[in-house]
Amino acid sequence: MSPTEVVLQLLVTGLSNGLIIALIALGYTMVYGIIELINFAHGDLMMLGCFLALTLVGLCGGEAASPWLVIPLLLLAVPAFCAGLNWTVDRLAYHPLRAAPKLTALVSAIGVSFIFVNLGLFWGGLPMGVFAGGTQAAAQKDFPDLIGYRNLLGTESGLQFTLKDVLVVAVTVPLMAALTWFVRRTRLGTAMRAVAQDPLAARLMGIDTDRVISATFLIGGALAGVASVVFVLANNSLSFWMGYRNGMDAFTAAVLGGIGNLPGAVLGGIVIGLVRATMEGVVPNGGVWSNAVVFGVLILVLAFRPTGLLGSRAREKV
Amino acid sequence: MLRRLPTTLAALLLLLLAAGAVHAAENITLVSSLPRTGSANVQTTSLVNGIRLAIAEAGGTITLGGTTYTLTYLDWDDASPEAGHWDPAVEIANANKAINDPDVMAYIGTYNSGAAKVAMLPLNQAGLAMVSPANTWPGLTKPGVGEANEPECYRDHGRVSYFRVVPADDIQGQVGAQWAKELGAASVFVLHDRELYGLGIAKMFKLNAEKLGVKVAGFEGIDGKAANFRPLINKIRQSGAQLVYFGGTTETGAGQLAKDLFNAGVQAKLMGPDAFFNKALMAGAGDKALEERVLVTFGGLPPEQQTGKGKAFVDAYRAAYHGEPEGYAIYAYESAKVVLAALAKAGKKDRAAVVAALAGMRDYDGALGTWSFDANGDTTLMVMSGNTVRAGQFAFVKLLGK
Repeated sequence: MSPTEVVLQLLVTGLSNGLIIALIALGYTMVYGIIELINFAHGDLMMLGCFLALTLVGLCGGEAASPWLVIPLLLLAVPAFCAGLNWTVDRLAYHPLRAAPKLTALVSAIGVSFIFVNLGLFWGGLPMGVFAGGTQAAAQKDFPDLIGYRNLLGTESGLQFTLKDVLVVAVTVPLMAALTWFVRRTRLGTAMRAVAQDPLAARLMGIDTDRVISATFLIGGALAGVASVVFVLANNSLSFWMGYRNGMDAFTAAVLGGIGNLPGAVLGGIVIGLVRATMEGVVPNGGVWSNAVVFGVLILVLAFRPTGLLGSRAREKV
Repeated sequence: MLRRLPTTLAALLLLLLAAGAVHAAENITLVSSLPRTGSANVQTTSLVNGIRLAIAEAGGTITLGGTTYTLTYLDWDDASPEAGHWDPAVEIANANKAINDPDVMAYIGTYNSGAAKVAMLPLNQAGLAMVSPANTWPGLTKPGVGEANEPECYRDHGRVSYFRVVPADDIQGQVGAQWAKELGAASVFVLHDRELYGLGIAKMFKLNAEKLGVKVAGFEGIDGKAANFRPLINKIRQSGAQLVYFGGTTETGAGQLAKDLFNAGVQAKLMGPDAFFNKALMAGAGDKALEERVLVTFGGLPPEQQTGKGKAFVDAYRAAYHGEPEGYAIYAYESAKVVLAALAKAGKKDRAAVVAALAGMRDYDGALGTWSFDANGDTTLMVMSGNTVRAGQFAFVKLLGK
């Protein structure tokens, strides 16, 4: 492999992995922007989305299922499920605590995360073929390869570029563009920004803040749902413990970019993806240090820009 | 009559005590300390069955120097419901209970190497022999492969009283390297999960591969919980390695690694230690990525590969318990058998004599084959099975380490 190829490869894998992190980070950062709650259950919500995706694929016949049928189905059903679940959790766990100190809701979110993890463990024990007949509840699950791993640049090429990378970009980039448009241009989006800026003033202006918050949880949940579909299609694996790790990465991305800031979350995700790819793919024994470097970058950024790469508002953080 | 009651009672008590004393003199107790609560129970039930079988074969008695002793076996649990697995507090309590019972001549266990670390020193100070059917952490017996103070920290005045019939983990790295050489791999890429078990085996693999003239193209730690290993796979591909060795477990990314290697079209096979040898690997990696592409070393042979006394054990086990012995059952059986052999060799009910007899055990002809205990208390046995996956099942490929 020539040095150019090495760099290109690094960009491909780094972007592909980073965009998935960015997608999860968006849900984190949106909820934080509106009610200043770090929703620690967000990563685990994404994990449950992965389990639903596997269940649906199992019902459609697993490996044999037609990707043209299954992928659109997943992209509809899983975000709908995650959005509904996120909305329900908000109504049950966070809504009653709206007036309480911020830490109370934060601790509730950790509790919800525990509940989700155990739901995932239970789900993995379902007596279905795709769950190893339910005998290996805690084991990592294999997600059928619906897309294929054929190298689009030909088998001789040193560069690996597959349909999976195309899928990640094709799903996440338009979605992020649509989200930006939604928040900037629509009535509800404007209301969201108003609530984020000053909830009291927004209410005085006649904005139904409760409705806006619910909508934020719906949208954030749906984004986690899309992230879970893209994740399982690209990585072909899921497990009940994956939420913590992915949530942590996404949270780091959100803080790196400036929590509450949508383009910042995307930028943060991409930075993490690229740093990881460089560490693991180029530096000898770099995998050992990749987390340290990611958090080192975070500390550096926060030391010089306490509000993150793109964050500007100076607001109280948890 | 009533006035005489205390005297009668006292007499009765004396009689009972005397009977107890007589009984105690004719009894030899073997205890096992294994996690009987929690997820290890399936495996340890099979281990206990193996020990019971060995004692039943001896007829439940042993004659030493003209005295016939009854063999008593106590199946102790070293797990607690709170921990869900072995518990250091329970393990130490078990060790003390065994030490304080003069009838106990051997302590069979433990299952977990961590539990052994707790029990080894007190048992050693009390001069009670400990024989493990399942501890594979090399540092328990071998200097230089574990932590800095191992194994001396388990030995009072350097005295060895801990023995194991199961080959330690480092042997897996050794036979794995031999296997890689036999497969014609000119260069290998070695990965590890940065944990005691995985790193130890990976180091041994690297060391032995280099000794055998196999080039080690890379030696790297990985983050077992990563979403994927694609950047790392690129590095492996660039290195041109013909085989990837992963000192790790199914829980620390073996499945994802197999899948990512396969998906990236890397021809190199993936080799790993016995922590790959479980159904969870199939569930996690999918059959396609494993089929004839994953190589697993495992201590001991599958039941159908056993011959001679090993086969006799499998047959007897099936007949007695109407089921298949789990992987480590034969080691538990062998542990109990070698303890009985040591007692017979010692010729008396004496803890020090049993330890000496075990330490001097040479060319023991047992279910595992003919083997000896070396100066560290390790078995000289190095036989392992090499396995791969065929049609979604582990399949025996060849004997290793002969």
